Amino acid sequence: MTLLQVHVGRLSGRVALRPIAVGVVGLALTVAVAVFSIGHGSFGIAPGNVVSTLLGGGTAAQKLIVLDLRLPRILTALLVGAALAVSGALTQTFARNPLASPDVLGVTHGASLGAVAVIVLGGGAAIGAVPLAALAGALVAAALVYVLAWRRGVDGYRLVLVGIGVGEVVTAGVSWFLVRAEIVDAARATIWLNGSVAGADWAQVRPLALGLAVLLPLAVATSFTLQALQFDDDVSKALGVRLQSARLAVVLTAVALAAAAVAAAGPIEFVAFVVPQIALRLCGGSRPPLVVSAILGALLVTAADLAARSVLPARELPVGLLTAMVGAPYLLWLLTRTNRRTSA
Amino acid sequence: MIKRLVALLALAVALSLAVGAQWLGLGEVWRAVVDPDPGAPATAIVWELRFPRTVLGLLAGLALGAAGALMQGHTRNPLADPGLLGISAGASFAVVLGIQLGATALTGYIWFAFAGALLASVAVFGIASGRRGGPTPVTLALAGLAISALLASFTQSILLADNASLNLFRFWVVGSLSGRDSTVAAQVAPFIAVGLVLALVNAPALNALGLGEDVARALGQRVVLARVIGVAAVVLLAGAATAACGPIGFLGLIVPHVARTVVGPDHRRLIPAAALTGAAVLLLADVLGRVVVSPGELQTGIVLAAVGAPFFIMLVRSRRGAVKL
Repeated sequence: MTLLQVHVGRLSGRVALRPIAVGVVGLALTVAVAVFSIGHGSFGIAPGNVVSTLLGGGTAAQKLIVLDLRLPRILTALLVGAALAVSGALTQTFARNPLASPDVLGVTHGASLGAVAVIVLGGGAAIGAVPLAALAGALVAAALVYVLAWRRGVDGYRLVLVGIGVGEVVTAGVSWFLVRAEIVDAARATIWLNGSVAGADWAQVRPLALGLAVLLPLAVATSFTLQALQFDDDVSKALGVRLQSARLAVVLTAVALAAAAVAAAGPIEFVAFVVPQIALRLCGGSRPPLVVSAILGALLVTAADLAARSVLPARELPVGLLTAMVGAPYLLWLLTRTNRRTSA
Repeated sequence: MIKRLVALLALAVALSLAVGAQWLGLGEVWRAVVDPDPGAPATAIVWELRFPRTVLGLLAGLALGAAGALMQGHTRNPLADPGLLGISAGASFAVVLGIQLGATALTGYIWFAFAGALLASVAVFGIASGRRGGPTPVTLALAGLAISALLASFTQSILLADNASLNLFRFWVVGSLSGRDSTVAAQVAPFIAVGLVLALVNAPALNALGLGEDVARALGQRVVLARVIGVAAVVLLAGAATAACGPIGFLGLIVPHVARTVVGPDHRRLIPAAALTGAAVLLLADVLGRVVVSPGELQTGIVLAAVGAPFFIMLVRSRRGAVKL
């Protein structure tokens, strides 16, 4: 990895160039895709006009379409992508397992059960309560996983195994609801289970943005502990990490990020798994980088949402399916190219 | 320890023949098996309804247990299950395609499911292997997850457009032993038999691979060959079981952990123990599914998760639990 030696006064340090390059390129792409996506639709707006409208100009019609109709949706996609990717990076690092994602903390399964239960039991009338039910389900399931994994402290390995167990019980609940439901409700639940940002409005964006404004800095603040948690428990302790409180902080941050995202857009769980692995392979290093993951997560979900709206405009596919269709081939391609170069 | 597992399995088989909407005494079952009287209702129940189902459960359980142990060994990852090779996702996608092409009966899905599982796992293995030799544990797991997600997204996009397919598919995907006649068991039995033999052959090499590929090579193992045999065994076992019963991936995930607490991490004992445990657990879950909502029944996959998972959590929490790979 290329390192840049930096001297500022009496301080000096080394900065890895690759993550910065990947981050800058990713950010530029994200902005470009977001602007294009806002302009794209049944009423097209040129990218230049989109930018000027966002900066306060534009005609009344452009303001209505850009600010009230399309911006909330794009912002939801950006925020959800960033939140899930960071949550995944945190989970994969502390579990020391590339297969781990917020699913193993019970978040996505719990949210699914909450949402599907409300859809199936409440019928069409209860559709407004779905995000809240999802949030509640996510937090309850995550708390259950943590409590059940506690035995004189929480160990990453045990937490993951307990998470799988709890996830299975909860998933069985979801299947049970789906099998006994009317086919109309089962179909509606399937749509939610695939994740979608369609129909997002400002009322949904505000709490999500507020939550992320707190949680993303928190996640970055755990960076040092994360670095140490990669090693086994004894080494981490010797490096001066208070294992239990550090782990609780990381788990709480990851759970809260994932829960916020899932409540807003349904389980787009694949983002949380794939983006940290893509970021790791693009940047090199020993663990998924947090900031680059956030940027790439936002890019993936925004691009998938754009694809969802353009491929079949008449029958919009849920964005959760498109993230898999876009993200999986890219990871596979990276795997065949960088085989064996990274280990985590 | 293996002896106790065999005894447990025998008990599960007996219960599976005796318990259901019509309860039979063990004596009645015994008479129906050794000296069938064509006129007695017990004979019809045992031979025509419960025997095919029990055989299928036995085969699928053995297969999924052994496949799970192999998969966790080859990926060196406790989160791996046979579905990680793309088997469940490939089978599901193929079944949905089959439904689109007009297959409606459970028995009609079986070859679609098997072909789908086979193709998906070949793709996973090919991509994970890359240009230089065999796959590493990490590339195998990541490629499997990515292919599974990709196939699942195709499956879901078909289902979203077509409620009639969703209606058929949701009963297949939940995983169950019911409604399969004896031809299903006969069709998958040869694949599972070959798969079990390959799994046992693979066990010593898997022990060496657990020390890392370089050490294994230094010990005289042919790493790529061992990986190919292992993956072939998993595909045969889990592919056949999934084709017959739907994806019951959870069994392959938890059973190796349970077996590891009983016999330890040596694959030469772990693989047979996981196979026996898998069969016993699957049959007991099936029996329980017949009892709890009698005279109807709860799908085996749901029972397995609802009862198996809490047991699994208890095991992980216990002092002997969570034996690391």
